[in-house]
Amino acid sequence: MTTHYLVLSALLFAIGGVGVLVRRNAIVVFMCVELMLNACNLAFVTFARQNGNLDGQVIAFFVMIVAAAEVVIGLAIIVTIFRTRRSASVDDVSLLKY
Amino acid sequence: MEPAEIIQHSGGAIGAAWLMIALPLVGAAVLLLGGRRTDKFGHLLGVLMAVASFVVAALSFVQLLGFAPGERRRGIELYEFIPGLAKMGLLVDPLSISFCLLITFVGSLIHVYSIGYMAHDPNRRRFFAYLNLFVAAMLLLVLADNYVALFVGWEGVGLASYLLIGFWQHKPSAATAAKKAFIVNRVGDFGLLIGIFTIFATFHTLAFDGVLANADKASSGTLTAIGLLLLVGACGKSAQLPLQSWLLDAMEGPTPVSALIHAATMVTAGVYLIVRSGPIFQGAETAQIVVTIVGVATLLAGAIIGTAKDDIKKALAGSTMSQIGYMVLAAGIGKAGYAFAIAHLITHGFFKADMFLGAGSVMHAMNDEVNMRKYGALRKVMPVTFVTFLIGYLAIIGFPLLSGYFTKDGIIETVMEHNAVLGWLAVLGAGITGFYMSRLVFMTFFGAKRWEPTAHPHESPAVMTWPLIILSIGAIGLGAFLVLGNRFMTFLAPAVGAPEEMPAFHPFSPTGLATLALVAAGAVFAWLKYGRAEVPALAPRGSFLTTFARRDLYGDALNEALFMRPGQWLTRLAVFFDNRGVDGLVNGLAAGIGGTSGRLRRVQTGFVRSYALSIFLGAALLAGAWLVVGNL
Amino acid sequence: MGESITFWVLAVISVIAALGLVFSRRAVYSALMLGVVMISLAVLYAVQDAPFLAAVQIIVYTGAVMMLFLFVLMLVGVDSSDSLVETIRGQRFWAILAGLGFAALLALGIGNAVVGAPRGLAAATQAGNVPSLAELIFTRHVFAFEVTSALLITAALGAMVLAHRERSEPKPTQKDLSRQRFVAFGKTGKNPAPLPGPGTYARHNAIDMPALLPDGTISPLSVNRYIARYEESQGILPPEVARVLEQEEAAQRANGHSTPTLADEAGDDGPDTEPMTDEGVVAGRVVGARGEARSEEDGK
Repeated sequence: MTTHYLVLSALLFAIGGVGVLVRRNAIVVFMCVELMLNACNLAFVTFARQNGNLDGQVIAFFVMIVAAAEVVIGLAIIVTIFRTRRSASVDDVSLLKY
Repeated sequence: MEPAEIIQHSGGAIGAAWLMIALPLVGAAVLLLGGRRTDKFGHLLGVLMAVASFVVAALSFVQLLGFAPGERRRGIELYEFIPGLAKMGLLVDPLSISFCLLITFVGSLIHVYSIGYMAHDPNRRRFFAYLNLFVAAMLLLVLADNYVALFVGWEGVGLASYLLIGFWQHKPSAATAAKKAFIVNRVGDFGLLIGIFTIFATFHTLAFDGVLANADKASSGTLTAIGLLLLVGACGKSAQLPLQSWLLDAMEGPTPVSALIHAATMVTAGVYLIVRSGPIFQGAETAQIVVTIVGVATLLAGAIIGTAKDDIKKALAGSTMSQIGYMVLAAGIGKAGYAFAIAHLITHGFFKADMFLGAGSVMHAMNDEVNMRKYGALRKVMPVTFVTFLIGYLAIIGFPLLSGYFTKDGIIETVMEHNAVLGWLAVLGAGITGFYMSRLVFMTFFGAKRWEPTAHPHESPAVMTWPLIILSIGAIGLGAFLVLGNRFMTFLAPAVGAPEEMPAFHPFSPTGLATLALVAAGAVFAWLKYGRAEVPALAPRGSFLTTFARRDLYGDALNEALFMRPGQWLTRLAVFFDNRGVDGLVNGLAAGIGGTSGRLRRVQTGFVRSYALSIFLGAALLAGAWLVVGNL
Repeated sequence: MGESITFWVLAVISVIAALGLVFSRRAVYSALMLGVVMISLAVLYAVQDAPFLAAVQIIVYTGAVMMLFLFVLMLVGVDSSDSLVETIRGQRFWAILAGLGFAALLALGIGNAVVGAPRGLAAATQAGNVPSLAELIFTRHVFAFEVTSALLITAALGAMVLAHRERSEPKPTQKDLSRQRFVAFGKTGKNPAPLPGPGTYARHNAIDMPALLPDGTISPLSVNRYIARYEESQGILPPEVARVLEQEEAAQRANGHSTPTLADEAGDDGPDTEPMTDEGVVAGRVVGARGEARSEEDGK
């Protein structure tokens, strides 16, 4: 059963990764990142049960806190960029190049 | 008779002989470092230093005469020059003191003359500084008791000559002439340098007494090699074939420079070197033969060049070449010739300086015009210059009882005894001398006025004429004083040796008569062509031979064809190799890196998603690698 | 058995929702899909003896983070549907390839890493799940916990700093604004009065009901352009509204300029900005769409 959870976690992680690569709306990109973090959390929780050790759940808890902080900052950045560039597309923010 | 031993000496004027070098050197240093503050008294300081140097030389000479003939070689140790290799020391002996007297006396007169000649030049102080520097270097050259110090003086003379020839450096021709003199001298200096190296390798010392006393112990082949290398050096400094080309161009310098350096002193350094290194040449017969051949070839070449030049200074320069050729020829003969070589050198120093300064006086009067075709009939307006010049002229062509008659005819007689072919060639040279010097005098002082309309010739000031008068007195009497009774030969014997039997003086020997006849014929021919006949204002085309002489016997053309063009090709090849090969490699590498970077740069698209993709792919690869490795 | 059923149901749901998150055009749908995934995962946590995390997942993620997402989406513009045309060459191909490869490798790797049945957390949580977690957090992980608190405070401060905009000029007073309105009226003839509210003189006061002028015709100023566009696309735009918009469009064409709008008045956006709220353009689109719709009707 544990394997199933882990495979599900891997699938969600990969889907989130593809989303990050494919979508251009910065907010959606962020959502995909959240999806990847959630997938990781699932793996942590699963391993916690597999190993009979609560540490995995504690780590998952910390991951959530960090994710929340990251979302706050990330969205603030997106809003700031949108304010100046009137666009939420990550492709528009490409001045730092060759 | 062999040279005497060198006796270490201190005290008296000879002990202070270093002052001879130091005084002009200090003068040069003060004038050069003092800058414009010394402008007002610069020329006076220069003259003072030269005269003081002459006084020291004269006192030394007097002291030297006080010793017995066999004790007249006095060595003075100054300090360790190159530890373990060379001691800095001076050698005061009859040979060097003769040179010192000539250099300082004629040098002082020329200093005095220059006060007037350079009166209007804004850089007169610098000129005197260079003159002093030259005198100091030349004195170091002749007073040194070893080859290293001699070489220092040798190079110092080269430097001073470069500075003085290019004194009017604003004229491109002067700057070029200075460079030419310096480069051609370099060739000779290089020969001398290798010669010194060879001397050290052979004798393990560079001091004259160590080298020359042991010269007979070295093999004849080594001596020949050393002799030829020293000859190369002498050729460079003394403008002998094949390194003669710089002397004619060196007339670009102010006329006192021509008089001092290119007639009286510097060009005699080669003769000095050959005479001083006499024992080496006496052990190497081949080298001696080469020296005589060079001397004869140069004396003829110089004479031929002198016949065709319309530029008064260049005609005199050709004559200088020719006369130095006589000296080299005599020096090549050996002990029999040394005294005549040096005696002619001294008298030539007087009458050639006299004539050069006279030419300078003429130019001074004619707005610096040097073309003799624009002179004529100057004898009336410039009587002092004319008379002194005439004395110099008579001296050089060997008019009986004047200086040249004794010294030059002495050389010719000696050579005739040594080798008849060389002797007759020398006689021929004397005949040509008679022609071209007469031509010069007739064109300048006789005939009709051919002046430029702007020219208002006048006699030069006393500061310029007095040196002329003093020099012409020397030109009159010095030869008789030195040669009659073998006075000079006896005096020099302790330094350079002398032949076993002293030559007797025959006033009208067959050779002498033949010489006189040829000279007279040359003078008459010159009178017919340039004295009586009208001198055309423009040089006529002339025959092939005239062109040949006008072009300095194609010496420059030969140098260009043999050295300059191959050198240029070599340079171009090197430049090509540098541009295409070395630079190409470096630039190609740089361009390659730049191009690659330019292409790699495109990877930085600025799109966050591209970067994320690379991270993601990398993570996938890592995961794959981990799986593979983990399962192995 | 019960767990298996729960897992399979939720696994299918969450994968589908995750795919929907990635591939839906509208950001709002993506957000909702993310919510679905999060709730599914919360249930899965609960199933796996992690009730506390399940609760935190619901509260923090679905409650706070998702709301934050939606909030920002509203700020940035709900309307900004992503164009799905890829602009970077090869990006999509390589992204999907990398995703598939990564999923396969991860599944292979982690899937094979586990051997044996789960030990279960019964031993570790004898005092109950939450007290046991609390004990761990406040003993072994207390330092990390304190650091996260610092992180959260920093994040809050950072968000304030980033979102704060310094005012470069004094805030216009009502008097200034009024003067501006009348200056604009003098220059362009723009109505200085507020826009009419919806549903005036009407049976409804809903936002999709345009205001009626005293003569009973529709005031074009009161037509909500978003709704009009939606109704246009659905084919349920009332004919009288369409007529009014068409007339306005014709009048604009005759005048050669568009009537000034609220968006223009906001005025601080440069020429390169996407005019998401430009009603004139929206109106143009509506009319264009309307024309097509009519030709379809004619065809019928």
